[in-house]
Amino acid sequence: MSGVRVLVGTRKGAFTLTSDGSRTDWTVDGPHFGGWEIFHVNGSPANPDRLYASASGGWFGQVIHRSDDGGKSWTTAGNDFTYDGDVGQHLWYDGTPRPWEFKRIWHIEPSRDDPDTVYAGAEDAALYISKDGGNKWTELTGLRQHPTGPQWQPGAGGLCLHTIILDPVHADRIYVAISAAGAFRSDDAGTTWLPINKGLRSGEIPDADSEVGHCVHHVTQHPSRPDTLFMQKHWDVLRSDDAGANWHEVSGNLPSDFGFPIAVHAHEPETIYVVPIKSDSEHFPPEGKLRVYRSRVGGNEWEPLTNGLPQSDCYVNVYRDAMAVDALDPCGIYFGTTGGQVYHSADNGDSWAPIVRDLPAVLSVEAQVLP
Amino acid sequence: MIRVVLPAHLKTLAKVTGEVRLEIPAGSVDEATPVTQRIVLDALEARFPMLAGTIRDRGSGQRRPFVRFYACEEDLSNEPPDTALPRRVLAGEEPFIILGAMAGG
Repeated sequence: MSGVRVLVGTRKGAFTLTSDGSRTDWTVDGPHFGGWEIFHVNGSPANPDRLYASASGGWFGQVIHRSDDGGKSWTTAGNDFTYDGDVGQHLWYDGTPRPWEFKRIWHIEPSRDDPDTVYAGAEDAALYISKDGGNKWTELTGLRQHPTGPQWQPGAGGLCLHTIILDPVHADRIYVAISAAGAFRSDDAGTTWLPINKGLRSGEIPDADSEVGHCVHHVTQHPSRPDTLFMQKHWDVLRSDDAGANWHEVSGNLPSDFGFPIAVHAHEPETIYVVPIKSDSEHFPPEGKLRVYRSRVGGNEWEPLTNGLPQSDCYVNVYRDAMAVDALDPCGIYFGTTGGQVYHSADNGDSWAPIVRDLPAVLSVEAQVLP
Repeated sequence: MIRVVLPAHLKTLAKVTGEVRLEIPAGSVDEATPVTQRIVLDALEARFPMLAGTIRDRGSGQRRPFVRFYACEEDLSNEPPDTALPRRVLAGEEPFIILGAMAGG
C-alpha cells in the first residue's frame, strides 16, 4: 500500500508526518532545524525523497536545506539570494520609494521533472531558480524589473512572492503571486511577465481595478485543467478559465470571503476548498467555528465541512501555504493552524481529525504520496 | 591560531561542537595589517561556507543586527570590521565569541 508524507513548516522547526495509505495511524518526526522559522518544505514530484526546506530567522538570516532521503538527513544548500543588476525601488507602506531588500524565502517549488531544478519565491518579491539542487541561485530578473515594480507595495506580511505554479502542459509557463502586487504569468520560462489581475477588485486601493496592487493570498490549479485557476484574495474568492486573463468572483454563500489558503481536489477539478476567516483585522474563523468550505461546482455554492473540527471557541488562523491535498483515492486534505494543529481528512473533506495538536504555529503544509 | 565560539544554531549548521580554531594564513597579516573581525570572519566562512550570510548580511557585508561579537569581556559588535582584535585573542588566550543577541520570540 502506498503511503503519505506530510511536510510541515512551523515557527520553530519542520516536521514530517507519515502514514500508510489508510491514513489512520501517523508518525510524527521532528523538529528538524529546531528554533528556525520554516516557511516552506516541499518535495520534488520527480523524486519524492528530494526535499527542500526554507529556514530563516531574525538572528541568522536565510538558509536552504536539502534532503535526499525524505527528510531523515539534511545538507545545507546555497543561500546567496542576491538581486541581479539594478536593485531598484518599490513603494514602502507610507508610499515612499524603498530599495528592494532580501528578507527570506517564502515558497520553494521544485520542477515537475528534474529534482535538481527548483524555484524560490522571496521577500522582497523576486523569483529565483537553481539547477543544481539549490546550491546556486539565479534571479529571473524580468519579474522584479517589470515596469509596474516601482508601484508594488508590501502587504502586512511583507512584499512576498508566496505562490509559484509551474504549468503542467505549457513547459515555459509559470504563474506567481505577490502580496500586495497581484498575480503574474510568464510564457517564456520567467524571462518576461504579464500582470494577470483583470477582474480583481480591491477596495483597499484607490483604483479598485488597478493592473497591480492587489493582495492575492494564494492561487491554485488542477493539472488536468491548466487554464483554470482559483484564487483566494485578501477579500474575495475568484476563478479564471483563461490562464488568468480574466477573473470573476465565486465567493457565493461563504460566511466570509476573507481567507488565506485555497486548494483543489486531486481528482475533481471543480471541487475546491477554502477556510473562511472573519476579516483582515480579525484573523480567526467566524463565530469561533473552524470550518473548511467546499464547493463541488467550482465556486459560488459552498458547503461547510465541520465533522471533527472544533465548532466553538476556536480562534486560530490558517496561513496561505498551510493547506494541501494528496493524490490518493479518496483524496486527502490537510491543513495546519496557528495553534499548532494539523488536521486531515481522508474522505474528500467529509470528516476531519487532528494528526498532531501541539506543534508551533504552522506556516506551511505539503502532502506527498509515496510509492 | 584564533579561537572562535559559535552560537548553538551555527554550530549545528557547521556541524561542529565546541570551539572552532582558525589558523590565519601566515603572511596575510603583519603590523600594518593586523588580525581583524573581517579577517577572522572571512577565514571562518572560507572553512565553513554554510555560515556565509548567517553572521554578516550577504549584500551589505554588515553584521546582522541580532548577532553580537564579544571578546575579553568587551562588546566589539560596533567596532569597525577592520579594527585590530585584542592581543589576547590573537594569542589564542581568549576566544572571539559570536552569539545571538538577547532577543527572541
